Amino acid sequence: MKDRTKYFAYPYVLWMIIFIALPSFLVLLYSITTKESNGLTTIQFTLENYKKFFDPLYLNILWDSIYLAAISTVICLLIGYPAAFIISNTNLSKRNTLLFLCIMPMWMNMLLRTYAWMTILGNNGILNNLFSLIGLPKLNMLYTKGATIMGMVYNFLPFMILPIYTALSKMDKALLEAADDLGADKKTVFIKVILPLSMPGVISGIIMVFMPAVSTFIIPQLLGGNKNMMIGNLVEKLFILNGDWNFGSAISIVMMVIILISMSIMNKFDVDKEGGARLW
Amino acid sequence: MDNAIIQLNNITKKFDGEIVLDDITLSVKENEFVTLLGPSGCGKTTTLRIIGGFESPDEGEVYFDGKLINDVPPFKRQLNTVFQKYALFPHLNVFENIAFGLRIKKMDEHTITKKVEKMLELFNLKNYGKRRINQLSGGQQQRIAIARALVNEPKVLLLDEPLGALDLKLRKEMQHELKEMQQQLGITFIYVTHDQEEALTMSDTIVVMNDGIIQQMGTPIDIYNEPENAFVADFIGESNILDGIMHDDYLVEFLGKKFKCVDYGFGRGEEVDVVIRPEDLDLTPPGEGKLIGVVKSVIFKGVHYEMDIEANGFEFLVHSTDMAPVGATVGLTFTPDDIHIMEKGE
Repeated sequence: MKDRTKYFAYPYVLWMIIFIALPSFLVLLYSITTKESNGLTTIQFTLENYKKFFDPLYLNILWDSIYLAAISTVICLLIGYPAAFIISNTNLSKRNTLLFLCIMPMWMNMLLRTYAWMTILGNNGILNNLFSLIGLPKLNMLYTKGATIMGMVYNFLPFMILPIYTALSKMDKALLEAADDLGADKKTVFIKVILPLSMPGVISGIIMVFMPAVSTFIIPQLLGGNKNMMIGNLVEKLFILNGDWNFGSAISIVMMVIILISMSIMNKFDVDKEGGARLW
Repeated sequence: MDNAIIQLNNITKKFDGEIVLDDITLSVKENEFVTLLGPSGCGKTTTLRIIGGFESPDEGEVYFDGKLINDVPPFKRQLNTVFQKYALFPHLNVFENIAFGLRIKKMDEHTITKKVEKMLELFNLKNYGKRRINQLSGGQQQRIAIARALVNEPKVLLLDEPLGALDLKLRKEMQHELKEMQQQLGITFIYVTHDQEEALTMSDTIVVMNDGIIQQMGTPIDIYNEPENAFVADFIGESNILDGIMHDDYLVEFLGKKFKCVDYGFGRGEEVDVVIRPEDLDLTPPGEGKLIGVVKSVIFKGVHYEMDIEANGFEFLVHSTDMAPVGATVGLTFTPDDIHIMEKGE
C-alpha cells in the first residue's frame, strides 16, 4: 500500500523536472557560457556575464529594484496588517464579504489592472482632471517611481493581507483572554501576544510581496516608463531586444540568489516552528 | 455577605435568547474551595466566566470583596484564571509565561526572577524555565498554567476543568496537590468540573448545577448523603431511583411493599422519588432480606463487585464486597437510614 502510493507523486516530480529543474539548469548554463557556444561541441565556459553585471549602470538598476520593492513591501505591510486585523475581528458574515473584496481584483488580468492605473495617473487622466476641476495644478504622476510603487502596492497587497489574516484568525482566542486575565490592557495584549503570534503571517506576507515586486517588469514598464527601469525590465530587454540570453541569464541567477538569501534571512526571524501561517 | 469574597446576586444570562443561567445567587467565602459541578451545558463555565469578567450578566450583580464589579474588565480584576486548555503563550518559554503577569505590573527583574523561580520550585519544574511550551507534557503545561495564575497572588483563583486533559493517575495526584496548595496559600478557589469524584475529593463546598439553576449547595458529605432531588442523587455517585408513595411520616411504599424510613413532612399519599445508594444495599440469604431478587450480572471492580439484581421488577445496582453468582436468588436488605425520600422533580 505504502509502496504504491508513492507512484502518485511521479507525475508531479516529472512536471517539476521538465518545467522547473530543467529550465533553471538551462538558465544557469547560459549564464556561464559565451554567446558563441551554439552546441555541445562549441561550448565555451566563462564568468564574463557575471563580471559585466558589476558595472555601476547595472548595479544601480539592481539597487533601484530592491529599493522600490522594499518600499512597496513596507507600504503593503502598513496597510495590510491593519486591514487583516480589522477583517479578522469582524463577525463571520461581514468577514467573508471583506475577504472577497480583497481577492476580487486578482480575478482580473494584472496587465489590465495596471493599464487602468495609467488612465488614472496619466497627464490627462482621471486624477489630473479632478485636480483641474477644483483648481489645482496638474501633477506629473505617471512614469515616476511613485507610480511604480503605487502599482506594486495595489497589485501585491492581497498577498500581504491574506497570510496575516490567516495567522490572526487562527489564533486561539483563549490566549487573548489569558493575557487579559493576567492584567494586560488592550494595547498590551496586542503588543505582547497578538503581534508576536502573527509574525509568521507577517513574514509570509513580506516574502510573498517582496519576491514578485523585486522581479516584476510589467508594472515598472507601464507605470515607471523608460527612466525607471527595474531588474525585471533589464532581463526582458536583454532577452527580447538584445538577444543576449547569456547576460540575461546571469542577471536572473543573481536575482535568484538574492531572493534565496533574503528568504532564509526572513525565515530566521520566524521562530515559531509549530503551526503559524508559514507558506514556505 | 460579610466575609464573602465573591457574591453573585440573581445572575441571569442568555445566549441568543436561550437561558444559560437562571437567577443564580451564590456566595463564596474567603479561603474556601468551591466547586461548580454539573453536566456539560449546565452553566458552570458561564458562571466562572462571569466571575472572571469574560462574560457580562444580562441581569444581576457580581460583587468582589463587597464592591460591584459588573463593569470591571478582566485585566482590572484581582483574580486569575486557569483555562480549560491552559492557554499558555506558545511564543514564550516557561519562565516568560509565568512572568507574564509580573512584567505587566512592571516589577523589577530581580523580583520577577525570584517569584518565578519560587513557582517553578513549587511545581517541580525547576529546570524547565527555558523550555518551550510545546516541549512539555500535558501535566507540565497544566502546572505552568496554574503557576502563571498563582504567581500574581490573586485573592481568588478560577479553575475551568483544569485536570480534564490529564490521565487518571496524574489527575488524582494533581487533585491532592491542588487541594494542598489551596490550603497552604490560603487562596479562594472556584473550581469547575463535571467529575463528581473530583468535586467530592477537593471541595469545601459543592454547588451542583443543572439547566442553569443551582440544584444544591453544601459540603461534599451533605451533598452525597442528603441529595435534595433525584438529579443531585443521580449525578453525585450512582443511585437507584424508584417511584414511591409516602403513606405517612416515616413510612414509604415502593415496589409494592411498605418500608420504614427517616423522612417526614410529605403529604399523605404523595408521589415521591426514592433513592438508595448501591453501596447501601447488602446481600443476605433469600429468606432474611427485605426484598428477594435474582442476580443478572456481576462485574468485578477491584474493591467491590458491581451487580445488577432484579427484585420485584426493578433492577437494582448493588455495590458489595460480597458476591453472588449470576442466576442466584438473593435477599437485599437496607436500613431505614439508607432510604432517601425526595420530592418528584418536574
